[in-house]
Amino acid sequence: MKVSNISWKIGGETGFGIVSTGTIFSKIFAKKGYFVVDNNEYPSLIRGGHNTFTVRVSSNEIFSIDKDINILVALNEETIRLHQEEVTYGGYIIYDENNGDITEIKKARKDINYIMVPFSKIIAELGVPPVMTNNVSLGASVALLNYDLEVLRNIIRDIFGRKGPEVVSSNIKSAEFGYKYIKEKLKINAYELEIVKPVSKMLLTGNDAVFLGAVRSGCKFYAAYPMTPSTSILESFASAENDYNIVTKHAEDEVAVINMAIGASFAGVRAMVATSGGGFSLMNEGLGSAALTETPLVIILCQRPAPATGLPTWSEQGDMLFAIHASHGEFLRVVMAPGDPEECFYLTGKAFNIADTYQIPVIVMLDKYLSENHFSYERLDFKNITVDRGKLLIRSKDIGTGYKRYLNTEDGVSPRVVIGVEGGVHIANSDEHDEQGYSEDGAFNRKIMVDKRFRKIKKLIEEIPPPRIYGPIDAEITIWSWGSCKGPILEAMNILNQKEKKVNLIHFTYLYPFDGESIEGIIGKSNKNVVVENNKTSQLAKIIMMNTGHRMKNKILKYSGRQFLPCEIVNGIEQIE
Amino acid sequence: MSKIRSKSLRESYDLKPGDFNTERKPTWCLGCGNYGIWNSLKKTFVKLKLMPHEILIVYGTGCSGNGTNFIRTYAFHSLHGRALPVATGAKLANHKLNVLIMGGDDDGVGIGGNHFIHTCRRNIDMTYILHNNRVYGLTTGQTVPTSDRGFKTKSTPSGVLERPINPVSLALICGATFAARGFSGDTGHLLDIMKKAIKHKGFSFIEVLQPCVTFNKINTYDFYRDRIYKLEELKDYDGSNLHEAIKKSMEEERIPIGIFYEIERPTYEDGLKQIERKPLVDHMIADIDINRLLNRFY
Repeated sequence: MKVSNISWKIGGETGFGIVSTGTIFSKIFAKKGYFVVDNNEYPSLIRGGHNTFTVRVSSNEIFSIDKDINILVALNEETIRLHQEEVTYGGYIIYDENNGDITEIKKARKDINYIMVPFSKIIAELGVPPVMTNNVSLGASVALLNYDLEVLRNIIRDIFGRKGPEVVSSNIKSAEFGYKYIKEKLKINAYELEIVKPVSKMLLTGNDAVFLGAVRSGCKFYAAYPMTPSTSILESFASAENDYNIVTKHAEDEVAVINMAIGASFAGVRAMVATSGGGFSLMNEGLGSAALTETPLVIILCQRPAPATGLPTWSEQGDMLFAIHASHGEFLRVVMAPGDPEECFYLTGKAFNIADTYQIPVIVMLDKYLSENHFSYERLDFKNITVDRGKLLIRSKDIGTGYKRYLNTEDGVSPRVVIGVEGGVHIANSDEHDEQGYSEDGAFNRKIMVDKRFRKIKKLIEEIPPPRIYGPIDAEITIWSWGSCKGPILEAMNILNQKEKKVNLIHFTYLYPFDGESIEGIIGKSNKNVVVENNKTSQLAKIIMMNTGHRMKNKILKYSGRQFLPCEIVNGIEQIE
Repeated sequence: MSKIRSKSLRESYDLKPGDFNTERKPTWCLGCGNYGIWNSLKKTFVKLKLMPHEILIVYGTGCSGNGTNFIRTYAFHSLHGRALPVATGAKLANHKLNVLIMGGDDDGVGIGGNHFIHTCRRNIDMTYILHNNRVYGLTTGQTVPTSDRGFKTKSTPSGVLERPINPVSLALICGATFAARGFSGDTGHLLDIMKKAIKHKGFSFIEVLQPCVTFNKINTYDFYRDRIYKLEELKDYDGSNLHEAIKKSMEEERIPIGIFYEIERPTYEDGLKQIERKPLVDHMIADIDINRLLNRFY
């Protein structure tokens, strides 16, 4: 059957190599130019527990996975019990009868095909380790899709090449066996994807894109303490630090992390940190220090369901208001929330420029869904990220006489000197200070300095683009959302708008500063508004209320620790009266 | 041996300690131990022929932190307890800077204790001067982790129930490659320690016994003068023996001052290939080619 898109899911026990198997599956299609989105779901432990990896492949542009699965690879019986209801009419489940008798379970779905592939026997016959089951299942999946086995072989060579020819050959042998088992023994021909232009696509997670954007932006100091779902950024930086002259510091805690980054930025390099909500809680103190000393800083906040340890490996958008208000006192900061990896890349570049230009902290918010799942893209054009360091002085001759670090300028931004340059000796002070940086608690001075720091907002707000509108301008219903909900909403809109101009989306990638006046204008023009967010208390609706006085009545909220599926948004919209 | 980052071969160096003064006059109490530290430090800079712009001092918060306003060098007045990580970041960004850290006792071994432990083991080439007055000064007289057991303060009216932390012993156990104790009442001796500490390649730690004339009526100048003796007066003291240094640092009846320990070990920066050629801060970042990185993601 020719199809334009298929969804594939593999499930099994954590520690069985589900993630690498899923990633290979994504790669073999991205390599040939297909559009790919995947979703990795796993518990917070190393062995045991249930782990799944879902990949949606399409010959047309896609923005998210969805509920229906065409092929389910069940590495254990539990996977069938938990996920067979997601398998679409006429779909396939690949399983091994040696993992348990499924006669009873099968009765629930007479409309789907159960394909028995004796993984354990095959492994024993080939004399390869049990982890090769993954390759057998990949070979079998490729066969079911009438896809090119050579692409899989090449990816295996790419990935395992450095482990030696023996490892490569047993991986390939296993994949070939799975392929032949379907093609020659069972002779099943399930689906065939429409052909696309064979231009390889990149596969990027949000974290990958942030990392790439930061390296391009000239980030020279990256500090972090490992915390899911931000950890892969730390590992990426560590892997590139020698080639790109970056110091990556895994520090003792997030308090040290942010203060080290502040020190590095103060000394004159671009510095960044990343964490999740718990680490960001510890960083709150330092955030204020960056603000009062006017030290540029980029903070990546990869949200996960909280409070406390919460659901460490799952997804939620629960920290928006926290980020906007974090740390004691009143100060200017920028909060961004990219909706997909491409936006992560370019907004990270923008974050560094804003931090430098306005000498303020910039927080970029992701969540587990965006941080860890892959999306396919044509090669990113990194030339679109340019570097603007604002009023940074690097040479003595640019400084002049009587230098004042906190000069009370018209735009509120004072020239900053790279530490060590002759003629620029100054104090950066986390106590309130005068123009020179000396601690100063006078009433008159306090007001001048607070006003100076807040005056930056005038120019800053002009630089911040309004939320982007997707879909028909004159839609019946307008969805308001932010960050990673973008993908599932765009998918839902495709479904809802097939017949009529029903829905459009206003998507915020900048959350703060919030331009209440222009937003008020947009609210006035739309027919019916609904807020879609991955949290319990509808934080976007709250900042809209705070800044415009407008109460959003319709809300579609999800806070189960999982990102929306498009079908859930479709259902939610259909229920709005 | 010397790794001082100055054009110290400069013949024409003519700065005097007063050139390190700012426009602000110190606000410490009359007789405060901070004056001794302040004077010794300025003289040390002159002895080492350092220019103000070649030095970065990161301060903690407290009476010692207020020193930010009184010494003319590049300075960062950080939050309470956070001076060490700020200094670490700055040093890694530009390892050509001479970086010093000034902080109080609680700043170092109380609220900033975790940073203290890890900074010692990192052996980054910086000098940390911990002002130990064994009481909170700026919040007007509460107990600190270096206060003696039984010490009565506003927050411990019945006396402190915990044993005090010994900063020099802690620094040694955590891996500091230079550990010393000075006395703010003996500025000549302190100056000598400071000079050696700044010259030391690696993390150098100095605990300065510093009477708080307002809030600590026990650990006074006389208290210390009655008890201290100098390590260099001992004939057979071996400053490269860690166990002996730890043992010596823990003496309580009489209080040894001087350099307990000094060895050379590779610094943290020595292990960083990426700063071998030049400091991070000297790299051009205007148009970094990331093609090689992009290739990873296919």
